[in-house]
Amino acid sequence: MDVHSRDYAARARAILRDEPHVREAVIGATVAFDQHRERAYGEVDSDAWRAWASDVKSHALTNLADYLEEAESRLTENGVVVHWAETAADVHSVLEAVAADHGVRKVVKGKSMLSEELGVNDALERQGIEVVETDLGEYVIQLFGEPPSHIVGPAIHRSLEDIQELFHRVHGTPPHATPEDLAAAARVALREAFLTADMGITGGNFLVAETGTLALIENEGNIRLATSAPKVHVALVGIEKVIARWSDLAGMLQLTSRAATGQAVGTFVSMIHGPRRDGEPDGPEAVHVILVDNGRTGMLADEATWEALKCVRCGACLNVCPVYRQTGGHAYGWVYSGPIGAVLAPALLGLDEGGALPFASTLCGACTEVCPVRIPLHDMLLTWRRRTVEAGKAPATEGLLLSAYAAAAKRPALFRLGAAGLQLLPMAVTRRLPFLKSWLAVHGDLPWSKPSFLRRWKAGPK
Amino acid sequence: MRATLFVTCLGDQFFADACADTVELLRSLGVDVDVAMGQTCCGQPAYNAGHWPEARSIASHTLGVLADAEYLVVPSGSCAAMMRTGYGELFGDDGGRAVAELAGRTFELAEFIVGVLGVDAVGSGLAGRRVAYHHGCHALRELGSREEPLTLLRNAGAELVQWEAAEECCGFGGLFSAKLPEVSAAMADRKLDTLPDPDIVTSADPGCLLHLSGRAAERGGGPVFRHLASVLWEAANGRS
Ligand code: SF4
Repeated sequence: MDVHSRDYAARARAILRDEPHVREAVIGATVAFDQHRERAYGEVDSDAWRAWASDVKSHALTNLADYLEEAESRLTENGVVVHWAETAADVHSVLEAVAADHGVRKVVKGKSMLSEELGVNDALERQGIEVVETDLGEYVIQLFGEPPSHIVGPAIHRSLEDIQELFHRVHGTPPHATPEDLAAAARVALREAFLTADMGITGGNFLVAETGTLALIENEGNIRLATSAPKVHVALVGIEKVIARWSDLAGMLQLTSRAATGQAVGTFVSMIHGPRRDGEPDGPEAVHVILVDNGRTGMLADEATWEALKCVRCGACLNVCPVYRQTGGHAYGWVYSGPIGAVLAPALLGLDEGGALPFASTLCGACTEVCPVRIPLHDMLLTWRRRTVEAGKAPATEGLLLSAYAAAAKRPALFRLGAAGLQLLPMAVTRRLPFLKSWLAVHGDLPWSKPSFLRRWKAGPK
Repeated sequence: MRATLFVTCLGDQFFADACADTVELLRSLGVDVDVAMGQTCCGQPAYNAGHWPEARSIASHTLGVLADAEYLVVPSGSCAAMMRTGYGELFGDDGGRAVAELAGRTFELAEFIVGVLGVDAVGSGLAGRRVAYHHGCHALRELGSREEPLTLLRNAGAELVQWEAAEECCGFGGLFSAKLPEVSAAMADRKLDTLPDPDIVTSADPGCLLHLSGRAAERGGGPVFRHLASVLWEAANGRS
């Protein structure tokens, strides 16, 4: 996976300047997603559901080693082959071995953000294996040759016109084909892929320790096919996806759907309990689950970040985020974007690579308000900012200015004198001062009160 | 009743009239208002940028200056939230009684009028005026105050216009607006693009108003932006 998160500011600026249609498409899609979520939350006692869901995830994470072992035992009993992978490279080796065992030439994939995190497509292609994304949005961005821009809607930054043009080029559909015609063209191509693939790769929404159930939510039926048509199914599952009990699964599936798309539950829910059994007409010959760490154990041990592992990847925090809405996900420079992406980046990539993203927020708190598992997202962003400063990685001018500001703020007379001095500066000078310079670049003016209130008050309180 | 006014650094420098209007409004409601001359800034710019030692130093000064306040009234939801909830985070277990007591006595202006004074109508001078209310994020989500300003505006006769993005962040965010000016401006543009055609846009937050009005000016005009204190004082005073 290529990571460009440290360039957030430049990437955001470039998208706003060069691709204004992205902002329009992303605002349209996220506002609609968010309205659906809001309606769906309103239909249930969402506060109670969310408190419950937060507890389910916290409980599993607090006892993670035990539940992972239990899940491994049940999966094995169900005939699933379990692999443990600490890093992306470990995942690649497992995939390579499984693909070699089964003589795999072609892979169909269900949408999996973890597979993007791990760079699975590139690794498979390097082995000469053809990879076809089968989620419609993922299929579109694969054809465009770009990464997803949203956890749930990977192609929401693209307009209908973009896709019409793409499909006209690739599939020969008419230049102004309807969305139905576009979907039909994709369906023809994807059906062919499903019938000829040797392996299906998916992620997993939940893994139930008690029963070894792998649960997947979707709306297009492509995951159902990818997990049943090819002879091998491999699921990439982050270790944080484990929940303890079967009886908790239904509620988690429903709440995730409500938060993500506003549906009572996704159109298709697959609950996988292993390969085809004797006498069953269909299903894969072999099912493998790769339990992936890739930095998660480290997060779990960190008091200030472990809660981000509760995330069910619903995308609600992206949809409501006013910062995300302006640029979409590509500005963030890696697989996860929006508030959860900004919380995960320094945790999984380190402060040097990921430390810029927690600053891509006004700390407005809208994310925290909608999260179905009650992750205190904006508090965690602030924690990362503090750590960035403590690690000496904040810009030097910022540190100098803030310490001067803090020193002045303890001396009221000096503080007011400084402000009065700023007021007196000619605009030509003000325009060159750090911070004020960039403020003035996008705002009309600084409408100073002359004199300030406290000066007036001092001159003669009424 | 005695209340101390904390005008905030932005209020002092950019909304001097609104600060004066706050004093007049509170006095008209029978409050004995004083202004602590030692006040400077609540420390939020440093706090939100992650520079906590600097934020603590500013906050300690502010705690000292406001130690005697019976009630603290802040014409900014954001700074009120900093003092009510932020100081607790900032000082943690070292905060002690001063932090906890200040938190209990701190109110944003509309919260104070409705919640503490028990007044839900300050006058009727807004009859026939179409008013758009921008909810500052910290008033809304940290202080949990959504209805108080709306109640006061409505009861003053204002027609509150429907605004799709009324509860969406304006993009100010303190240093955010200077560090990521293009994103910040795009956020303000979304607010402005969805704004129906009101007579007045108002808010309890100087930062948001400065940002939105500055952005509107840069784009070549827009509606009238006024601080809630000024709008309410005019409503009370019949000048609107
Ligand atoms: S952090 Fe919360 S809102 Fe955001 S994707 Fe994860 S579960 Fe959904």
